[in-house]
This record gives sequence, C-alpha cells and structure tokens, in this order.
Amino acid sequence: MDFYEYLTDNAEPLFEEAVDHVMVVAMSIGIALVLGCALGVLAHRSARLRPMILAVSSTLLTIPSLALFAMFIPLLGLGTPPAVVALVLYALLPIVRNTVVGLGSVDRGVLQAARGMGMGSWRRFLRVELPLAWPVVLTGVRVSTQVVVGIAAIAALVNGPGLGNEIFRGLRSLGSPFALNLVLGGTLGIVVVALLFDAFFILLRRVTTARGIR
Amino acid sequence: MTEPMIRLDKLTKTYRGQPHPAVDQVSMDMPRGEIVVLVGPSGCGKTTTMELINRLIEPTSGRIFLDGEDVTNADPDALRRRIGYVIQQIGLFPHFTVAENIATVPKLLGWDKRRVGERVDELLDMVGLEPSEFRGRYPKQLSGGQRQRIGVARAMAADPPVMLMDEPFGAIDPITRDRLQNEFLRLQQQVQKTIVFVTHDIDEAIKLGDRIAILGERSQIAQFDTPAAILSNPASPYVEDFIGAGASLKRLHLSRVGDVGLDTGAPTARIDGDVAAARERLRSSGRAALLLLDADGRPQRWVDAGDLEGSDLSSAGEPVAAVVQAGATLSEALNEMLTSNAGVALVVDRSGGFQGLLDFETVMVATRSAPEFYRAAKVPS
Repeated sequence: MDFYEYLTDNAEPLFEEAVDHVMVVAMSIGIALVLGCALGVLAHRSARLRPMILAVSSTLLTIPSLALFAMFIPLLGLGTPPAVVALVLYALLPIVRNTVVGLGSVDRGVLQAARGMGMGSWRRFLRVELPLAWPVVLTGVRVSTQVVVGIAAIAALVNGPGLGNEIFRGLRSLGSPFALNLVLGGTLGIVVVALLFDAFFILLRRVTTARGIR
Repeated sequence: MTEPMIRLDKLTKTYRGQPHPAVDQVSMDMPRGEIVVLVGPSGCGKTTTMELINRLIEPTSGRIFLDGEDVTNADPDALRRRIGYVIQQIGLFPHFTVAENIATVPKLLGWDKRRVGERVDELLDMVGLEPSEFRGRYPKQLSGGQRQRIGVARAMAADPPVMLMDEPFGAIDPITRDRLQNEFLRLQQQVQKTIVFVTHDIDEAIKLGDRIAILGERSQIAQFDTPAAILSNPASPYVEDFIGAGASLKRLHLSRVGDVGLDTGAPTARIDGDVAAARERLRSSGRAALLLLDADGRPQRWVDAGDLEGSDLSSAGEPVAAVVQAGATLSEALNEMLTSNAGVALVVDRSGGFQGLLDFETVMVATRSAPEFYRAAKVPS
C-alpha cells in the first residue's frame, strides 16, 4: 500500500487525531498565556523576582521531554492531564521572556504622562502597557506554540491525545509494511497543524494590534 | 493680596539612603494666571520640585496647597486630573488617535461622548491644527512640532486651572521651538492658566516667565522675581553667574517695540502721489529723508531731496530695510537694524501699515545700560 492510499483510507482517524492534537496544544497554550503573562508582569515589576522567574522557566525547557511527561504520571495518572501540564511548562519560557521584553520596551515617557494625567495603575496596565507590549507578547506565544506542537507528539507516551499516537503506532510496528506510512502520516499531520497555527497567529496579530503601532 | 494658586510650604523630599534631601524646605507662592519658571542647573531638583506638586513624587514633609486647599493628602489620581501635565518626551499614546489622546482626562472624568468630541475639536482649533484633518491621525503620523501641540492640547483638555510643564520644548529644533514658544505665549494670553514651567535654559525662562525662580542645589531658591528684576538686580553672584554675560542684552528680549516711544514725526507721502507735494512736505519737515508708502500705508522707499527732482517716485531713492512689527522684541528690532545696516527700524502694525520709527537711541534708553549696549552693537551679527 503506498502512502497516498494510506492517507485516503485513514483520512477520518487522522483528522480526528489532528483535531485532538490542536485541542491539547490550544489548551496548553491558553493556560501558558495566562500563567506566563502573570509571571512576566511579576518579573517586570520586581527586579528581585526577575532573575528567579527567568531562571526557572529556562530550566524547565532543558528537562528532556520524555522525562517531563513521565514525571507527572504519579501525580496525575495517564491521559490528557499530564500531557497538558508538561506542555504548559514547555510553553512558559518564550511567553514569560517576551512579556518581560515587551513591557520593558514601552516608552517611559508614555507611562509617565499616563501617571501624570491621573490614570490609575490598573487602567494604565490594561489601556497602555498591555496593548503596547502585546505584539511582542504575541510573538512569544507564537514561538511557544511551534515548540509545543512538536513536543505534543510525545504526549502519546503517557496516553495523551493527538497525532503522536500515529507515530508511536508506527514505531511499535517497525518492520511491518505500514510502519513508515504511520510515522509519515503522523509527522505530516503535525507539520500541517503547525502551519495552521502559524497562519492563525499572523492573522491574530493583525487583528489585535492597535492601528497606531502596526 | 489674593490667594496664590499654588502654595508650597516647607516642602522637603529626602530619598532613602541619601544623606541630603533632593528638595529642602522649599516655600513658594505661585500667583494665579502667571507663568512661573523654575530654572537651574541639571540635578538641582527643579523637576523633583515640580513633580511634588502633582504628587508624582510624595513629599517627605511640608504641605502643598492648590487654590487654598491642602492637597498634601488628597487622592493623587483625582489631584492629577485637575492639573495639566506636559513632559519633554510628550508621551503621546502611540496606539491612540490624536482625538483619543486629547480625550484621555475628560474620559477619566466621565464626560459624555458629545462633550468630549466638541472639546477635542475646540482644542485642536486652539493649537492651530485643523480638526477634520488631525482628529483621526496617530502620533507617528505627526511632526515633532505637531506632537508637541497635541501634548499641550491634551494637558488642557479638562480645562485645569494649573499646568505643569517639564521642558516641553526641550527636544525640538531651535526654529520650531521659537515658533512654539510664541504660540504658547499667545495661547496663555487667552487661557490665563497658572503654569509651572521647568527649564534649564535661562533665555527660555526670560522669554516665557512672568516670574522666574532661580534654583540652586537642593532646589534652594536663589532668587524669585520678575525677569526684569532678576536681570537688573541679581540677588547673588550665583544668580549673576547663572544669567550669564549680557544681562542688558537679555533685557532687550523683555521689551516690545510697541512699548517704547516711537518717532512718529517722519514725513511720508504716497508712492503714486504728486512729486511736488512730497518735495514740499520733506522741505517743511526739516528732515533729511521722506518715506514713501503704498496705497495700504505700507512702507516702500526712502527718498531724499535729490531723489525728488525726478518725476517717477516708484524707483526713486532706496528700498526700505529693517521693517519690524510692533509686537517684535527690541532684541529682534536691533538685530534687524544691525543686519540691514539701517540706522532706524520701521515699525509696522499687523497688516504692515506704517506706525513710526525706532532708532538706536530709543533702544539704548530702554536698556538703561549704555556701555554694554555699545559694546554689543560693535559686534558684527
């Protein structure tokens, strides 16, 4: 059976796994965005916490993915939860770092003027700091997503959802005539998912960036 | 005496870990409707003093009164909405349109949409920018001078009685700066705000200030008086030093041509008029030259008795030089006279109509310091 035939025969399960893959990535990135932004703001505000926060999120990225997924099994069992937690941890660094950089690049004169006109600190953050830092933050999210789309394949090891299952099925049946097709199918699916995410972020950046700073 | 708009009472700011206060026991009364300039060398605490007024910096001790009310412990955000604020970097919000930028404080104060919109247009008009053209622009689509004007408009949006301006013209090229300063003075004539203006440039202080506070270290007031008084009576060697050389020349910046006695006795005639009549007028005046004016009274040419022998006046004599408006400063008039090598300046009104003559002697009397003036007059410009 050639690869094209394999694809047409397995279109439906492949599509379902791709959807699962997208879901698990989206969920992880969503959580990482909230957490990463919060940590980024904290790091930006406190010179004391900044090195600590950045060091911890950098270290997370150096843990081998296989080990990280396995580490959470005793706590969270198998399936989606350990997969999501591991992916969130992987996604943190680019988001935290870009949040710090983005907030740091906001013109101090602009903030001084805002304060001098009587804008409270919350309003200043939501109306001025965040919108101006947003394009940089979003770039961090985009990088995180690319990283996580790939690593999510390994989630199949802990019974996580997604296209990784296709690849591992192929690896388990090495030597059989389908092995290569399975691995190729899963990999191709991941590449397509990554490209779709990237297109989405390009669009999102366009829509959510204020016109004056585009 | 009426209540001062701003009163600082023994205001002190000490930063933690520093042996000396940055601002030490400063007391000052700032009268309503005047421009008070805080001027001093870098690091003397003039900006800190200003930022104590809207409590961007909290004082360590002392009190601040705004219009008689003690605001030392008032809610800082509410206080700042009552005080216009312009800084050197201007700090327009890059992601807001011009209209949204100007509307910042009115929106914080909860004005309704229509009132905000009307106010934005009114302010754009006031700073000389066409509302329909500029309302929807973003800061990056503006020139430096335009940004500065929007910055001032934004600070005046909610019509605050007090404005704080920290070197607002500091980052602008000299030509635009001069124009903006003149516009600013004209605007102030209309709005009559109490303005605290910080600069390190003594010439800017003299040009703009109704009153100047020359500050020394730790924001200590070396002298607080009108520009004229400071220039003619510096209180200490420090002040003298800070004013720099040529105090008398600087005084020329303070008087306007229209304020000194003009010579209105010069004989004039219409350039398209009768030559014989002009000749007779010159003879009876006893002067050496006669001024030819056009139909609207604008000066055209100087002619003497010899030039009046001919019959065509339109090319007789010399074209006029050193024409200045009545609103110009003596310094500008003097500069014109030196540049055009003319013994007198022709003073005209706004539409260019002839008003009178200004000669060196009049300028000299106005400076009340002849020797220095003579020295300056010898310097080629």
